[in-house]
Amino acid sequence: MVIGGIGESTYYRHGKSPDPEFVLLLQAVRAACTDAGVETADIDGFCSYGNDRNGPIRLANCLGVRDLRVSLMQWEGGGGGMAASIQNAAMAVATGHAQCVVAFRALAQGQFGRFGLARGGGQVSGAAGYQQPYGVLTPGQMYGLKFVRWMHEHGGVGLGAQRAVALASYAHAQNNPRATMYGRPLTPETYDAARLIVEPWRLYDFCQENDGAAAVIVMPADRAPDLPNPAITVLAAAQGAYHSAGRLGFNESPYASAGFLTVARRLWADARVGPSDVDVVQSYENFTGGVVMSLVEHGLCDPEAVDETLTLENLSAPHGRIPLNTSGGNLAEAYIHGFNLAIEGVRQLRGTSTNQVPDCNVALVTAGPLTTPVSSLVLGTMESL
Amino acid sequence: MTAARPPFLLPERVQPIAQSDGLDEPFWSGLRTERIVLQYCLACSAYQWGPEYVCYACGTDDPAWAEVPTASDGTCRGIIYSWERVWHPVDPSLIDAVPYVVVLVELPDADNVRLVGNLVDPPDGPLRIGADVTPVFEHHEDHTLLLWRLRVGS
Repeated sequence: MVIGGIGESTYYRHGKSPDPEFVLLLQAVRAACTDAGVETADIDGFCSYGNDRNGPIRLANCLGVRDLRVSLMQWEGGGGGMAASIQNAAMAVATGHAQCVVAFRALAQGQFGRFGLARGGGQVSGAAGYQQPYGVLTPGQMYGLKFVRWMHEHGGVGLGAQRAVALASYAHAQNNPRATMYGRPLTPETYDAARLIVEPWRLYDFCQENDGAAAVIVMPADRAPDLPNPAITVLAAAQGAYHSAGRLGFNESPYASAGFLTVARRLWADARVGPSDVDVVQSYENFTGGVVMSLVEHGLCDPEAVDETLTLENLSAPHGRIPLNTSGGNLAEAYIHGFNLAIEGVRQLRGTSTNQVPDCNVALVTAGPLTTPVSSLVLGTMESL
Repeated sequence: MTAARPPFLLPERVQPIAQSDGLDEPFWSGLRTERIVLQYCLACSAYQWGPEYVCYACGTDDPAWAEVPTASDGTCRGIIYSWERVWHPVDPSLIDAVPYVVVLVELPDADNVRLVGNLVDPPDGPLRIGADVTPVFEHHEDHTLLLWRLRVGS
């Protein structure tokens, strides 16, 4: 299977989109079809995640789809389903059930509300009842506990690495005109002086909240020679959850994991390449600490060495050892629940990134972290096969 | 002049109630009487939290409930497993409550299950993972919350 087309809407700061969420999505899907050289009527499947609000029937009607064959929503895990939505599209194509599947994400937080604000109140029961009365109301408050424990288990490392993740993302965004933080550089001094949100996370350790949409088109590999742009192959994909992950009340074991313990093992077993072959990494950042944990769990860095290995220099394109989130990612390009990271992975392999890594043949794309289930992809150029 | 201490550590914007199917009712009624009552599987003699209709470990249906044993001073033992300090009020009701400390507490006398709570009278600066804590029962009109306090000398 190959990714034959990519498309995005303009990315906006939350609440700034002149268009509703559904219209942003139509823009992204049409752009992806143009990029792949197909008509929107040729689409025969839709895959998304995180309970995306834009359903396949409305999409099919508006895009003139002749015969909708698959509609796949990745179940639970929120943004952890980003790579899985592309994997699910690839599975549909690989089994011959569909030929032209769109995987996508759209969100307009101005239209539908933000994740970083508490909602509701009143009475809660079940899992919410065990955390919300104690002021654990948002994802950052749920997952800060996990990163603190992870740092403790590895000798107190991690603060330097997460700082480098934020600085690299903002540095990359300065070369990317699509990025909402383009022209708004982040200095180390500004990072260090930023207010604490959930200690040990400061303002710039958090993803943004944005309006935008992004889409890719997954097709059979035999279409690759006819495509207007270089086809990108899915070398491996994995999704899921380790035993006890996400257990009620923070009782999973191991607790201090980004969630990739079994997913990363399966990913590399299928990929025929390994962590040392990765030329560029696009790793979902809800919070910078989670990126550090993700890179460790994918075998890119020993946990005890994160602060020495995951430095601004090493995470920076074009010449760092592990160029990371080269569009600016969720932190500094836009928070499209990570789908923009998959598109940037494709762009790097096509050689069209605004922070191009030379001779880029293998890209790792991870989605999560700290949620469950999570998912990951290894993408490659056709030459990498 | 010192401001009067608010009645609760955090404002009462979220009130927990037992699940509509009654599954966790023993937990909430236990807190009302200042006891920590958790699920306990009789088949594998182990505590479990959160509550579920099966024992995660052995698959037996409908685990029983048991009070967590208390130490010699009559209170349950807890150990800080992780913590965070919340500085940003995500809701206007929390503006006067920040910063507050969230702790994930491990219960060594209940097979190391963990509970989320707040630390009362936290020290400034970092907390020590592994520090001993003791329960504080904060009674509201219709429910009781389980908070924690550092044990003297911890």
